[in-house]
Amino acid sequence: MAQRIDLKDLNVYYGSFLAVADVSMTIEPRSVTAFIGPSGCGKSTLLRTLNRMHEVIPGARVEGKVEMDGVDLYGSDVDAVAVRRQIGMVFQRPNPFPTMSIAENVLAGVRLNNRRIGKDEASELVEKSLQGANLWNEVKDRLDRPGSSLSGGQQQRLCIARAIAVKPQVLLMDEPCSALDPISTLAIEDLMDQLKKDYTIVIVTHNMQQAARVSDRTGFFNIAGTGKPGKLIEMDDTRTMFSTPSEQATEDYISGRFG
Amino acid sequence: MSSTDQQPTRPAPPAGLRALVERRTSRDLAGRLFSATATGAGALILVTLAAVAVFLVVRAWPAMTTPAEELADAISWIPEGTTLLGYVGPLVFGTLLAAVLALALAVPVATGIALFISHYAPRRLASPLGYVVDLLAAIPSVIYGLWGGLWLAPRLLPAWQWLADNLGFIPLFREPASTPPRVIMTVGVVLAVMILPIITAVAREVFLQTPRLHEEAALALGATRWEMVRMAVIPFGRSGLISAAMLGLGRALGETMAVFMILSPGFTYSFELLQAGQHQTIAANIANQFAEANPLGVSALIATGLALFVITLAVNTAARWVVARRKDFSGAN
Repeated sequence: MAQRIDLKDLNVYYGSFLAVADVSMTIEPRSVTAFIGPSGCGKSTLLRTLNRMHEVIPGARVEGKVEMDGVDLYGSDVDAVAVRRQIGMVFQRPNPFPTMSIAENVLAGVRLNNRRIGKDEASELVEKSLQGANLWNEVKDRLDRPGSSLSGGQQQRLCIARAIAVKPQVLLMDEPCSALDPISTLAIEDLMDQLKKDYTIVIVTHNMQQAARVSDRTGFFNIAGTGKPGKLIEMDDTRTMFSTPSEQATEDYISGRFG
Repeated sequence: MSSTDQQPTRPAPPAGLRALVERRTSRDLAGRLFSATATGAGALILVTLAAVAVFLVVRAWPAMTTPAEELADAISWIPEGTTLLGYVGPLVFGTLLAAVLALALAVPVATGIALFISHYAPRRLASPLGYVVDLLAAIPSVIYGLWGGLWLAPRLLPAWQWLADNLGFIPLFREPASTPPRVIMTVGVVLAVMILPIITAVAREVFLQTPRLHEEAALALGATRWEMVRMAVIPFGRSGLISAAMLGLGRALGETMAVFMILSPGFTYSFELLQAGQHQTIAANIANQFAEANPLGVSALIATGLALFVITLAVNTAARWVVARRKDFSGAN
């Protein structure tokens, strides 16, 4: 179910502006990979190229290769919509559909696949996905209430349930805890630890402690200055990155000397 | 100086604080003024509504209290043996039928145009198109009515004949289609043209308000553009779309000239959309009879106006109810 992703010489553009330059890396299956770095260094942009959400913005484009299991996601015969069904995403701010109930939110992606799923199968999937997102016990009595009636942390876990309900290969998380309180953050971090048994997880975070806590590998991004492209400075096992990084800039950043 | 020190004797506040106190009272005045103006404006609309209702009831009263035989004797265009209610009924039916036809034709088209502008058109095309639609919405609907009535309506005949020939087995389209097409279906089309711009303009504005977050949520789940529209944009814009339709309906219900010019009137409860001499609307009927009506006739016409007033209120209340019923799911929270 989980697959590895290889990035090869990836350049990411907004129109003519080069936002991220020359990234090559490997994202291992069944592990958590964290992207850290100062604001504007392109880590969220890079994350959004992995499921082709980057190109949703007018003028945005990519050069280079993103290969999942050897298939180039930007190949001419690959459909962006199909890519997004394989690679789920959780956003910075919780975004359940306000016009749908909790259960409908979980099923939103499944229904897209045109699968006419039966009532029993649907409720089973809702329960399994919500349990997978550690939310079942809190919402099982109000599945028909609107998704927006939940707290921020619950909404974010609902979004995770919605993402895993379609059984993606990879789960991308763009600062999933930055709008949440510490308790909800802890709940999501615990969840990531469980989810990595089945999924490849990539998380962008501003919180270095979080990267240190949850990830197996960490990539550090930086920019030379405003208007310059972001670059991958260093990528290694998280333990190595936070103890003996090989680049001075990494050490400066994780020890809080800038950023 | 802490506030507790001041408590027993309340000495005058120091200069800096005094300025604050004075400023506060002047702001209080502004606040009171604003709240009074706002309350007054709010009250004014209720008073106007009440005044209209009272006027309609008072002026319609003579006709409502006159016995049926006397009414039919005194008013040439009320047939013998018809009560006032019997006279108003077909008019109400015709008015609603015309308006429903217009809405049924205009809302899907308007939604399509609005979605095209807000979510499908390339950006260079979308903003000029948006301006054009807003401009079109600002033009009084009678202009479209003139075009529809004089140019479009005669050209609809082949379409109605085709409908009657091929779908004539459905009572709605019973053949033969009247020639010339001075029928309720033509009125529906022309009214639809008249209300299309305003519905489109409001719907476009509503669709543009869809939060980017929700659109991206749908796309990230692997939705195509149309699926994204269906999942995030239309549900989010639903209440706004209903409001837009109500705005259009209000115009369609009250429209006089287009109906007056096109429709060959009749007073029946008929669903035969392609037959002339079956229907009439309240507004067009008032325009038609008012000039030659005697005092009791005017009173009867005002009674039909009262019916129109009640219909409008009822329809709007129903729309509010539909919107409020799913308030929790509106995304407003």
